[in-house]
Amino acid sequence: MSTKTITPPDLAASPPKPKRFRLSPAALTITPTFILVAISVYGFIGWSTVISFTDSKFFPKYDFVGLAQYYRLWESDRWNTSVINLVLFSVGFSVISLLLGLIIAIFLDQKVRAEGALRMIYLYPMAISLIVTGIAWKWILNPGTGIEHLLKGWGFENASFNWLVDPNMAVYTLVIAAVWQTAGFVMAIFLAGLRGVDAEIVKAAQLEGAGAFRIYTQIIIPMLRNSMFSAIVILIYQAVRSFDLVVALTNGGPGYSSDLPTTFMYNSTFLRGQMAQGSASAVMILLVVVAIVVPYLYGEFKREHNDNHH
Amino acid sequence: MNTMTTITESATGIDTRALRRNMITLVRRLALYAALIGFAAFFLMPLVVMVFASFKDMDAIAHTSILSFPTHPTVQPWVDAWSSACVGTSCVGLRGFYWNTILMVVPAVVISSLIGAVNGYALSKFSFRGANLVYGLILFGTFAPYQVMLIPIAKMLALFGLSNGIGGLILLHTLYGLPMTTMFFRNYFMTVPQDLIKAAQVDGAGFWTTFLLIILPMSTPMIVVTVIWQFTGIWNDFLFGVSFTSGSSTPIMVALNNLVSTSAGERPYNIHMAGALLSALPTLVVYVLAGKYFVRGLMAGAVKG
Repeated sequence: MSTKTITPPDLAASPPKPKRFRLSPAALTITPTFILVAISVYGFIGWSTVISFTDSKFFPKYDFVGLAQYYRLWESDRWNTSVINLVLFSVGFSVISLLLGLIIAIFLDQKVRAEGALRMIYLYPMAISLIVTGIAWKWILNPGTGIEHLLKGWGFENASFNWLVDPNMAVYTLVIAAVWQTAGFVMAIFLAGLRGVDAEIVKAAQLEGAGAFRIYTQIIIPMLRNSMFSAIVILIYQAVRSFDLVVALTNGGPGYSSDLPTTFMYNSTFLRGQMAQGSASAVMILLVVVAIVVPYLYGEFKREHNDNHH
Repeated sequence: MNTMTTITESATGIDTRALRRNMITLVRRLALYAALIGFAAFFLMPLVVMVFASFKDMDAIAHTSILSFPTHPTVQPWVDAWSSACVGTSCVGLRGFYWNTILMVVPAVVISSLIGAVNGYALSKFSFRGANLVYGLILFGTFAPYQVMLIPIAKMLALFGLSNGIGGLILLHTLYGLPMTTMFFRNYFMTVPQDLIKAAQVDGAGFWTTFLLIILPMSTPMIVVTVIWQFTGIWNDFLFGVSFTSGSSTPIMVALNNLVSTSAGERPYNIHMAGALLSALPTLVVYVLAGKYFVRGLMAGAVKG
């Protein structure tokens, strides 16, 4: 690809602009949105970044302190806890959602009856607010009212399921609720991938006597590479942005043991009057998202062009 | 006689083998369905637990398990959640917040979808210098985490006198919805043959005429997808609501969270669950009625950048 021209191959292939469009109403049409996005996304990102270099407390104050806020951030126990929690949460949430989503998709792809109804059931949590999800699971996981109470009622006197109030385990309750919310979505991604697998290849493998397990592990699942990649990016991205669920389920507690960077940012900025700390943490969140999403978007973009080319 | 026995023997031999194969298939199918139903139970369980709890009185809540059916059902928790439960300091139920949210959702959905359609059309059907760069920059707006914009947004809302009101939220949801709606329509229109546009131009149709007469009539599915996507996202919003509104101006999810966090003494779980269901009902109904379009939106938002 030439680096000089900005015109991409697919658009270059479209017919030359007729005279009628010489003023390019298209460019004029997109301009207001572009300006608004330039200000409200990129301008605001810049503004937040500037604030992160100051000593702002309750209000922005432009007395620059260099990188001091970032040093303070990374020395803060609360921030480091939230970062470790994010790693634990995003790994647990992504791995379990991927496995569960893949298994359900494969099971659902066996020409089962009522596939549509089952799919609806697996996916409905995606339509529900994470606040509602959090409230439901908070009650289910509450040792006094939920599963522990249920098991004791069934005669298991020693039953104990108190992750919600255990500082070491609280972050995993977020994993449970988030998996419940998202596994169906991952299933849908994999199911779309499975429907795209070439039946001829599978048939050929069957004729050669390969069992179902081998066909899946050695032929089909490797062919789901693209679905897998999309799902991983989306899951990690969602994990990094998780906020509502934490507020509703654990509210960062007990103490700050289940804080995530997003709740750290919110608390610093809006509750504790540490606007510069909040901004510095927001910039860190942005950097993580950029590192995950930009290569992915670039890849999708390139693939789209290649598709249009051939 | 001799031949007869051989034939019967071989016949039964085939029979048992076929029978065994059928048995294995049957057991496999049964296991498959058991697993699928088990997964369905996992996904339905929280909803069932909420529905059960929302029809119990506090006595039943205290003395029965989460999975036990409400034997003496009462709608009182729903009535209380709607009109008298305490949200923060005022005990007015969720009713007013419902209204807030409708006032916020309708304009934000309509405006962001309309502008998104026009943008998508401009970006997919016409080439102009920098079109791709413009699209890429707008696209990233879909993914940029709002945390890094919250403080400037608060300052701007204060500047325009839109703090702590539904007007400010309408503006925010419209503005930050644009990248997504633009992307939805742009990707949809990419599949519309360029020849259609060309033909319209030959017939003398200009930019807007082509849009109104050719493009818009064929976009119904994408309009439905976008409207449902925006409706679900904005109805379920919590971050903007909790950051920029308080008291009686908050949208439903913030009010719900306040309702659940407000409690002196015994927690009225039945009212909490009824309130949660009330808040989830609009998006659930839309999902049940138009699940296909909702899923399409999910996939469009996910797989295609």
